[in-house]
Amino acid sequence: MDGMAAAEDLASETFLTATQTWGLNGIPPNPTAWLYSVAKNKAKNHLQRSHLYKTRIEPALQDKGDTAAYLIDLSPQNIIDSQLQMMFAICHPSISAEAQIGLSLRILCGFGIEEIANAFLTGKDTINKRLFRAKEILRQGKIPIELPPPSGMEQRLSSVLTTIYLLFNEGYYSINQDKTLRKELCLEAMRLCTMLIENESTCLPQVNALLALMCFHASRFEARLDKDGSIVLYQQQDTSLWNEDLISRGGYFLRRSATGSKLSKYHLEAGIAYWNTQHTDSKEKWESILQYYNQLLQIEYSPIAALNRTYALSKVNGKEEAIVEARKLELTDNHFYFALLGELYKDIHRPTAIENFQQALRLAKTQTEKQAIQKQLDRL
Amino acid sequence: MRLDQAMRETPPSPEQLQLYMKRYHDWVSGIAARNKFVGGTALSMEGKVIKPKNVITDGPFAEIKEWIAGFITIKAKDFDEAVSFAKDCPILHGEGNSVEVRRLSGRHDG
Repeated sequence: MDGMAAAEDLASETFLTATQTWGLNGIPPNPTAWLYSVAKNKAKNHLQRSHLYKTRIEPALQDKGDTAAYLIDLSPQNIIDSQLQMMFAICHPSISAEAQIGLSLRILCGFGIEEIANAFLTGKDTINKRLFRAKEILRQGKIPIELPPPSGMEQRLSSVLTTIYLLFNEGYYSINQDKTLRKELCLEAMRLCTMLIENESTCLPQVNALLALMCFHASRFEARLDKDGSIVLYQQQDTSLWNEDLISRGGYFLRRSATGSKLSKYHLEAGIAYWNTQHTDSKEKWESILQYYNQLLQIEYSPIAALNRTYALSKVNGKEEAIVEARKLELTDNHFYFALLGELYKDIHRPTAIENFQQALRLAKTQTEKQAIQKQLDRL
Repeated sequence: MRLDQAMRETPPSPEQLQLYMKRYHDWVSGIAARNKFVGGTALSMEGKVIKPKNVITDGPFAEIKEWIAGFITIKAKDFDEAVSFAKDCPILHGEGNSVEVRRLSGRHDG
């Protein structure tokens, strides 16, 4: 775990150098290559220093020899392998999901403490404490920085994928209105997932499905937030802002995910996300979405899947039937529940629709959500 | 869930079967959407029956008019709630079919 601390320091030193140098000289033609070569030099210096310390100074101090050769391998392959190993160490089930996301942003994505604090809308102290505690747990648990063996891959990978998906969602559904920061979180999640795909032992169907899912969602990134960072509802989005390139990339990874015998929740969510890239309503679209939600709920219950399934049901079997089903959900502390009822009653009974949207507004926790519900109310 | 033996004698067409499966999944998902679904298993039409003295016959339906199509496990607070779920089971559209509700009691671990 000393390696993890060193990697963290090197990453932040590199970005510090970048801000200082780029501020003076402007952004270099290839910023990524620039960052890599600076990080490489810093890593080399660090390793040489610690090598020198270990081979010369430490033995001299302790008066006993340690002449093991210390090879420095800085090939691109080794850099990627180390990042993957680090990813598995960080996304270890022994630390909380929040801490896993924080550590990923800090160590794998080179984010500053302040940026992470901004993303979570909390203070630097909180983040520092959270990361410190997480590193302590990893250190005490002696979690090795390595890829899990093939027998443990599925299980450990599932925790890595959860963290990547949460990181993506942190950007996509963030309470923070800073559009640039949010986009960056989404792109980082997609980059980490791509690294798993480019590595043979981690390129499994569910990983491809997750990347497909994120590509499909990200295709609407520009359309779903206006310039102030508030949400533009799906029906009102300017589809010319939808990113066709990301949609077709999503299709590519979705096809690649269609192997093996296991249907993961990422496959089902990617299937739903695919249909959401088709703006025009069709019978096929909503029947497919309904079936995917049906299967998703049988694999893993979540209130949001239950609500979305009921919305799809209204598109397939009509609003009356969906209202009956919606009422059975009884998610009366969830503002999405009332927003769904509001939506279903919209054309059936306007006063009931208004009543439900108002209840949703009362229960909504963040400004972004309140704004979105207010927009619905204004349209009635 | 039990099916009348008539169903076995005149099996549904693939299109009908697809419709039955769709209705079935809509019903199960309605239970899952309320976070009351635990799991389930469909059973194949063919089977073997083992009787004392090493007598093995085909088909589980020798002496009863109905055969078991499958079962699901749900989380219900009482029999009344479980029955209210079972009432909506699409298998009940078929004459002679039935759904039986039982409480899980004990389990074999290992």
